[in-house]
Amino acid sequence: MLHLSSWEIGPIFRAMTRNKVGAVLIALQVAVTMCIIVNAVHILMERTMQMARDSGIDEANSFYLSSTGFADDFNDQVVIQTDLDAIRALPGVIDAMQINAIPISGGGWSMGLQTQPGAEFEGVGTAVYMVDDHVLNTLDLELIAGEAFKPSDIRWRQRSQRDWPAEIIITRALAENLFPEQSYQDTVGKTLYINDDEPVIVKGIIDKLQAPWVGWERLENAMLSPEQTLFSSSTYFIRTEPGRLDELMPAVEQMLADSNKGRVVRGLRSMQETRDRTYRRDQAMIKILTTVMITLTLVTALGIVGLASFNVNRRRKQIGTRRALGASQVSVLRYFMLENFLISSMGVILGAVLTVGLNIYLVQSLGLTKLHWWLIPVGMLTLWLVGQLAVLGPARRAAATSPAIATRTV
Amino acid sequence: MFNYYLRLALLSIRRNPILSALMVAAIALGIGASMTTITVNYLMSSNPIPQKSDQLYYVQVDSWDPNEPAEEPNEPPEQLTWTDANNLYAAQKAQRQVIMATTAAVVEPPSQDAKPFNAYIRLTTNEFFPMFDVPFLYGGHWQASADKGREQVVVLSRKSNDKIFGGENSVGRSLRLAGRQFTVVGVLESWYPAPKFYDVGTGAFEEPEDLYIPFLLKEELQLPNGGNTNCWKTPEDDSFAGFLRSECINYQMWVELPEEQDKQAYLAFLNNYANEQKALGRFPRPLNNRLSDVMQWMENRQVVTDDARVMLWLSLMFLVVCLLNTVGLLLAKFSGKSAEIGLRRAIGASRQALFYQHLVETACIGLTGGIAGLALAYLGLLGIGSLYGSFADNLSSLDINMVLLALLLSLISSIAAGLYPTWRACSIAPASQLKSQ
Repeated sequence: MLHLSSWEIGPIFRAMTRNKVGAVLIALQVAVTMCIIVNAVHILMERTMQMARDSGIDEANSFYLSSTGFADDFNDQVVIQTDLDAIRALPGVIDAMQINAIPISGGGWSMGLQTQPGAEFEGVGTAVYMVDDHVLNTLDLELIAGEAFKPSDIRWRQRSQRDWPAEIIITRALAENLFPEQSYQDTVGKTLYINDDEPVIVKGIIDKLQAPWVGWERLENAMLSPEQTLFSSSTYFIRTEPGRLDELMPAVEQMLADSNKGRVVRGLRSMQETRDRTYRRDQAMIKILTTVMITLTLVTALGIVGLASFNVNRRRKQIGTRRALGASQVSVLRYFMLENFLISSMGVILGAVLTVGLNIYLVQSLGLTKLHWWLIPVGMLTLWLVGQLAVLGPARRAAATSPAIATRTV
Repeated sequence: MFNYYLRLALLSIRRNPILSALMVAAIALGIGASMTTITVNYLMSSNPIPQKSDQLYYVQVDSWDPNEPAEEPNEPPEQLTWTDANNLYAAQKAQRQVIMATTAAVVEPPSQDAKPFNAYIRLTTNEFFPMFDVPFLYGGHWQASADKGREQVVVLSRKSNDKIFGGENSVGRSLRLAGRQFTVVGVLESWYPAPKFYDVGTGAFEEPEDLYIPFLLKEELQLPNGGNTNCWKTPEDDSFAGFLRSECINYQMWVELPEEQDKQAYLAFLNNYANEQKALGRFPRPLNNRLSDVMQWMENRQVVTDDARVMLWLSLMFLVVCLLNTVGLLLAKFSGKSAEIGLRRAIGASRQALFYQHLVETACIGLTGGIAGLALAYLGLLGIGSLYGSFADNLSSLDINMVLLALLLSLISSIAAGLYPTWRACSIAPASQLKSQ
């Protein structure tokens, strides 16, 4: 039979009240540590989830580069066609096209689409990708309703041109944003309005394609506009067969630079690199927070070890006396473990309050999201465990104290 | 006496090497973490032009959509239209004024060895340079007549002068830019304001542009838009001129107004201008014009990122944990010395003297921790530099202020941590300690 009284909670508690400050210090440390760790884990999870979002394209095998003509006799339209034909003909290239903006890169073009004409109606924001009929294959998109672009749909867009092609393809998310009550298949053929009152018809729906701005709340809203641009600079997007990216990137750059001396070829970058750059701050935050959590846990654990060792040393004689009077090694060990457990308990209860408090502050002033409730019990459990592990060493040394110590003076 | 206490402190530290090392390590980690984040926040929020930041004002006029504000809640648009930028500049109502935009074009260096490259360009007016105290290495800025006459003149950053002309004095030389011949009138000294306060639209800690050319060349050479372009209304026709005439915003304006009454007068002028435009059928929204000085504008654009603030908070709490740790360890350490303290009290040392002695010991530990913490902060900043890449180039350096702050912080916090343990150690009654001996 196990009696609670045999666990000596009473004596432990009374001994603690004789050294209140030491206990309170450890409890406070545990509380603040828990507050930081739980909030840090929360931020970490949030960032990891954001980074795990799929852009919808074949990132591992894609890259892009830009060409800017400067020679007086530079003919954009001819050069773009020649370039694309040459790139598409390269062995290892699955497909290529010209595009006005790169998904998740941070820079792009946005417009508002609305279901009724008129400036008084509010539009739904969407990213605009100007692409040709190779888009589905080049970006690895799946058409889930309607039709794809045909070569005859594609037009050339001049620099200050304002009007839009008659038909567009939109993402499923955009379709559902525009027509919340309907299933996305039914939006095919519907008329939307761009620039307040210019009609465009939904020709097809694609499964998924992210906008260039990863911090945007409408990240999944994108439309494909069937046109090639004649702006001062043109960007080519290229998808390769798996494993051929590294070899094709410099090859394409060199080929374009050699084929026409009247231009600058620049901005060669893989989609993987783009993703790394876009999420670099989140990546950095994750690494910094992880470092903080590890060092903090270590500091707290070392603090517990330090104080416990000190207490053990101070009480050597008492421990020896207890042992001489018949206390087993286990009961000495249990004494210190239980003492730490009681202190940690105070700490984690206060810690839970602090954690919620800091989270409320972070939500209100810095726009973080609310904490998942289950992180708090997990945090409490973790710190209990850390405390028990930290105190285990000193407690075992205490238990190993020889009863003979009691008989020695100083 | 101080030297004697210092010797005692060293003896005491040496007697408990592990405990002392733990304390130094705790303080060092706490100081290292908090100094790293304090430095990043300090540099992000630092005043890039302290000598006149309260005399330079960013100009905003509300030319936006009658149905919704440019930014919630009823903020005026971030930038100006081409029309407004030119009108406000032409009025010349401030002591100095500058209008600007960014663009890009291909530069063809005169020498055959240097390859053509795509350059980032600031289109601006001549007072940009004196107004923002931009330092020149060679030559100087162009004259107001060059702005008016749309002359093809260029000021190079030091970096692009190195790239194009190998670093020599290139004033008077020419280069091809956007297909035209330009004459170099000036070369800047290295100039990296952080934050890049005069235009934070595409990132507050980016490098300044490669070249500077007169603003009106945008129209003359039909240069593309850099930065952010926003329109609430479609341009009236497809031409380049149609775009410039439109309600699209892509241009910035700063004015220099030395006195408060100048500011009031300029604001009155802006309101007057907006009313004139209303009479012409523009500016459909209620009057909402604004002048923000440099630091207000940095605040408005949220130049200090939320991530940096979160890290600052977490690291300050980290420091608290480290200090609590130190208090605990000091308590343990000093109570181990109670016999010694009792003896010293018995043979005549005053409480004050003992208090002083232990404070010296605490300060020693604190300062050691602080110096180690500085080294950690340096490593931390290197780490931040490598994690964030070019974004952090201007944000991860320790200056003398930060070093002093770190030492002060470690001294103050370790002494604060040491006060209670010291006081407790000194309030020991000598008799109780001597009895057991």
